[in-house]
Amino acid sequence: MITLYDYELSGNCYKLRLLMSFLGIDHKIVPVDFYPGREHKSDWFLKLNPLGQLPVLQDDDLILRDAQAILVYLAAKYDTSNSWYPPNNPALLGEISQWLAFADGITGTASAARLHDALFYDFDIETARAGAHRLFRILDEHLWFGEQEGRDWICSAPHPTLADIACFPYVMLSEEGGISRQDYPAIRRWCDRVKRIKGFIVMSGVFPAGPAKTA
Amino acid sequence: MMTQQKTCLDPVILNLWHPLGAVDEVASCIVVETELLDERVSFAVSEEGKVFVWRSRAGLRPGDRLDPLAVDDLLPARSAYGYVWTSLGAPSDDIFPIPEYAETDRRKLNAATFGVNVSAPRAIENFLDMGHFPYVHTDILGVEPHTEVKEYDVEISVDRDEILATRCRFYQPMASSASDSGAEVEYIYRVPHPYCSVLYKSSPLDETRMDVIAVFMQPLGEERVRAHMMLCVLDNTNADKAIKRFQQTIFGQDKPILENQFPKRLPLDPRAETPIRADKSAIAYRRWLSQKGLTYGVIPVAN
Repeated sequence: MITLYDYELSGNCYKLRLLMSFLGIDHKIVPVDFYPGREHKSDWFLKLNPLGQLPVLQDDDLILRDAQAILVYLAAKYDTSNSWYPPNNPALLGEISQWLAFADGITGTASAARLHDALFYDFDIETARAGAHRLFRILDEHLWFGEQEGRDWICSAPHPTLADIACFPYVMLSEEGGISRQDYPAIRRWCDRVKRIKGFIVMSGVFPAGPAKTA
Repeated sequence: MMTQQKTCLDPVILNLWHPLGAVDEVASCIVVETELLDERVSFAVSEEGKVFVWRSRAGLRPGDRLDPLAVDDLLPARSAYGYVWTSLGAPSDDIFPIPEYAETDRRKLNAATFGVNVSAPRAIENFLDMGHFPYVHTDILGVEPHTEVKEYDVEISVDRDEILATRCRFYQPMASSASDSGAEVEYIYRVPHPYCSVLYKSSPLDETRMDVIAVFMQPLGEERVRAHMMLCVLDNTNADKAIKRFQQTIFGQDKPILENQFPKRLPLDPRAETPIRADKSAIAYRRWLSQKGLTYGVIPVAN
């Protein structure tokens, strides 16, 4: 049985809950009192992850940290459709990895702004917001040009990949850090498409898609 | 004289007690800084649990060790319901009562203190609203088709100077961390302070008693708060962190709704926003704030 060390309001933990829901993977949740308890800095947790960060996933004897790394592991091991992280498509794997790194950049900016506003982290809020807007502009343009070519997802595939899951949560939660998505229409349309993937689940602060417009 | 650009001039708000932080979450005698009504304030809790609050000053910075004997120019300070409270004006002797807090078999904890970009009155009004349960707290505090807010009673108690909403009933799939099935749950809401509300809801464990959940809004500015969530509940099975997780999940769902309210300050003119029958307690709340002559965090009725 897979165990996810989890905090409900963490976008990085949500990435894994989301993929496991898409893939129908059974798992057990161990709640970690990230806030206000700072349990991710406790002795027992630091033994699991010396970096003191969520999420951590345990599958039999394997213990993994880092949301992006765990996404790769889960898709490679459990995705029988080979679509989320296609093992035999080197170009696509390269693209996905590029956007997994980009997702880390979103965490470093948009998520940091949210931690500042909601949980009182001592970050430079203006730098965090400006950094998030720079990344959102790049993502929005990329998605807009993709739409012109008939592409719905971040990577060049006719289906969503890990890149979409990795970028989605902290884009979706950005307003909690004072980062509006008003100027990013292609991002907003893409968020709506992600919400319509079969098996989609929400987290606190993310609402389901509204009813689809009739054509 | 203070020469800050922007401070609160509302005497009603200045003279109230306001929460600053959970006592359990600060190391003893270590200075913690926060904000209240657009002013920087600092506080510390001594080893004996005595609380000290002062306007922030050079020479006593966050992380410093406080010598309780050496600090002067203190603001009024109280420790109540697990939090440090202070006032920037001349407060009444006592903070409003929550008698259940003295019951020894209850679990008492701060579920979380969250920063929210909203005015305190908007946040209180949302807390009073049951109509949003099925849509915002789907499968937890409500579920379609159980969307009706049944008739309930609201009174403004003159003696206690507080709003009381009673006979509130709602079908909830999972009313608390101690629930194992859906139930029709009874609610009583009190608003004993313009920025604080106390909710009583039927306990899934004991039909003769009620869980107490309070929200204490610390106004950082007119449109920014720290929301402190106090729990005083009957639950003898779940770990603290499971109880906290349940409440944080609920609050995390409300947060984007609160932050998207427009205007951010609460309009007190009855014609400003169109209420429905379910908003009875909100109407009473706005009227009560108006009668107090409150101006901070609200848009007062134009004369």
